Amino acid sequence: MTMTLQIDGNTVNAREGMTILEAAMEAGIEIPTLCYLAELQPYGACRICSVEIEKKGRVQVVASCGYPVEAGLTVRTRSPKIDKIRKVIIELIAITTMVNGDVAGEIKKLAREYGADIHRFESRFKTASTRCILCGQCVRYCDEVVGAHAIGFVGRGIDRRVVFFTENARACLTCQACFNLCPTGKIPAETDFVVFDGFSIGDYLAGD
Amino acid sequence: MDNKKLSSPDKLEKLKKKILSKRDLTKQVVTICTGTACQTYGSEKIYEKFVDEIKKQGLKGTVVEAKPTGCHGFCEQGPIAVIFPQEICYVKVKLEDVPEIVSRTLVRGELIDELLYEDPVTGESVAKDIDIPFYKNQKRIVFGNNKYINPKDIDDYIVLGGYSALAKVLSQMTPEQVLEEVKKSNLRGRGGGGFPTGIKWETTINAPGEHKYVIVNCDEGDPGAYMDRALMEGNPHSVLEGLLIGAYAMGSHEGFIYIRQEYPIAHENTSQAIKQAEEYGLLGENILGSGFDLKVKVHRGAGAFVSGESTALMNAIEGKVGEPKMKYVHTAISGINERPTCLNNVETWANVPLIIDKGAEWFNSIGTEGSKGTKIFSLVGKVNNTGLVEVPMGMTLRQLIYDVGGGIPKGKKLKAVQTGGPSGGVIPEQYLDTPIDFDELTKLGSMMGSGGMVIMDEDTCMVDTARYFISFCCEESCGKCIPCREGLRMLREILTDICEGRGKEGDIDAIQDIAEMMKDASLCALGSTAANPVLTTIKYFRDEYEAHIENKNCPAKACKALTSYYIDPEKCTACMKCLKNCPTEAIHGAKNEIHWIEQEKCIKCNTCFELCPLRFSAVKRISGEPVPPPPVPGTKVIREKRGR
Repeated sequence: MTMTLQIDGNTVNAREGMTILEAAMEAGIEIPTLCYLAELQPYGACRICSVEIEKKGRVQVVASCGYPVEAGLTVRTRSPKIDKIRKVIIELIAITTMVNGDVAGEIKKLAREYGADIHRFESRFKTASTRCILCGQCVRYCDEVVGAHAIGFVGRGIDRRVVFFTENARACLTCQACFNLCPTGKIPAETDFVVFDGFSIGDYLAGD
Repeated sequence: MDNKKLSSPDKLEKLKKKILSKRDLTKQVVTICTGTACQTYGSEKIYEKFVDEIKKQGLKGTVVEAKPTGCHGFCEQGPIAVIFPQEICYVKVKLEDVPEIVSRTLVRGELIDELLYEDPVTGESVAKDIDIPFYKNQKRIVFGNNKYINPKDIDDYIVLGGYSALAKVLSQMTPEQVLEEVKKSNLRGRGGGGFPTGIKWETTINAPGEHKYVIVNCDEGDPGAYMDRALMEGNPHSVLEGLLIGAYAMGSHEGFIYIRQEYPIAHENTSQAIKQAEEYGLLGENILGSGFDLKVKVHRGAGAFVSGESTALMNAIEGKVGEPKMKYVHTAISGINERPTCLNNVETWANVPLIIDKGAEWFNSIGTEGSKGTKIFSLVGKVNNTGLVEVPMGMTLRQLIYDVGGGIPKGKKLKAVQTGGPSGGVIPEQYLDTPIDFDELTKLGSMMGSGGMVIMDEDTCMVDTARYFISFCCEESCGKCIPCREGLRMLREILTDICEGRGKEGDIDAIQDIAEMMKDASLCALGSTAANPVLTTIKYFRDEYEAHIENKNCPAKACKALTSYYIDPEKCTACMKCLKNCPTEAIHGAKNEIHWIEQEKCIKCNTCFELCPLRFSAVKRISGEPVPPPPVPGTKVIREKRGR
């Protein structure tokens, strides 16, 4: 079933089952995201893709990567509120991903776009940068596409982190699909056959 | 075992009569609260001692019986024993009191004055529990049966009319009529959100798909809250009966009771209740011969607060990690295995049999315009009567705290009430006359929540309170989405800095920026409400934040880093009390020599402040100003001769 909705004043065609993000992408309207990947199930962790929707006069902020399209929906991908949400999110993740006093890649681009002060909370952050925003692209790709389950989350709340499951590591030697997915570049930068915290795939497999 | 199965509602009625006929109603029964709180005081041993003592005194099988029950609510006074039929209530019962209670009260009918509750206001002893102000001012329609029931014995529940509401819906009502009655009752979800229960049921009913699920959410975890535990432990059949009625209305044949890992007694009693209900044919296949089936399983949590969130809970039941997922389609339509799933809180389900039994009209006669019925609260913190209370909606916070809760200890002033746990907020003293009502509490920036109510007195620092709740969520958030995880992390850093004297200009704005972002952009309700304790403390106690930031002053003198202890040389009588008890030997002086505190050694444990006799009040807490220099060591106390 097809339908139309309004995104930023444009009439956009969409099919039932699509998300707002997918409909926008198809129509060439850009919505930033740090955890969306077309091959994977919607996850909704980075919330950078938050948009405002208006339905029966009610305005609501939703994650466009998970919200299913509805006929007649009005969507705003930019507004003072949305811009501020993105700005504060970038300011917060800047400090966890900072390397040598600066951020890189998509996060740098977004910081510029939304006027985020990447140093705003720097003095408050007492732990070392992990260079990881826990977008889970590596974890989900390894689970959903590769099926190797070699990488996963442990811990809860502010202690959540990504770890490498050594017993499933055999696939990594040839796969390394996650290297290119990582939006902060952590995996390629820190994994030269040494996956996180000094663990070496090569050593592990050699001793196998 | 099969012959136990009841094949019709009539058989249930007959069973009830049969149990009653076997019970000698003139018999004296002593019930001992074996809820978790009383058990920590050894109430199980007290129960066993009663059984032994009754045997020893040759009373077994005659006119006296001991019975363990679930939580009575007055945890402050536990262990509690109530003797029926007189309803004599003994508080703070100890093991060694048991022989005397048996020989004097059970045999001779005498009261033991020392074991009765003493009203702190009048100083008089109160014999019956229903006359104790704590109980007298409550309305215990959901929670009240706890004190009569041995939770491990289904017969106790049946004797009190249990499962008659189920029999009624199965034999006299269509599912549509049941839904209509629940809708008319205006029952709202007791888990926190206050969503109309009937509408939720209707959504599940109308959702496509034959296979529907019903769930009891007993993943209670707000700091200080334990209402659901007391119900699940103390009266599991009432929850089960509510679930059965809901399942019948919604056409569901599969249910789950999700119990948090930390509630082993609730788990044990619920599992036992399910087994007994199945044996009687009140659960399982062809319930009471009606053709209606419901299978119920207990799912024990793995120790995560966030699993109380509905999508996380359903993930856990499916065997996945118990963390939330996006739910732009309601779980009532697409829940477990993407099938329609109706999840309600323990207390919500427990209200259902009452509504069916007594009717929606009766239920509507209790409460306010928008909030009907009663609500169970766990009243904790700086209040005299700590415990579980059930009050009608519409009672004011003041009535609840003073009439039921007995006011604030040590004559201190009440400062604020925290409701709704980590998702709620603080309500300052000036709003104490607000009626307890879902919408009224929300208007104040707090919420009803599941029923946690923490009372705070003048010694409580509001910035520190906010920091406590934020720290709780830092550990209990799942950490999946950035707004919640990174927002909480930064809020905790900023609040800690403020409490420790490192607050700086712009901090309040920064907090508000983060809090707003969390509210709008978080993945689930844990994140979107986690900043409420901070936002409400800023709203009502902004001056306290400013004092911390600008003057490094904690007005409540609770933040250790900003508070110093000082002995006023004019007032010190060198009584040696503080000096002897200082754990770090920071206090110097001698007999007849004015005491003084060596600031570098002081760990601010508050011991000297508490020990200094009130009539001297020489120990001062100082914040936001320099500590005066101590007297010259060795300065003697000048004692005035006291005339007559």
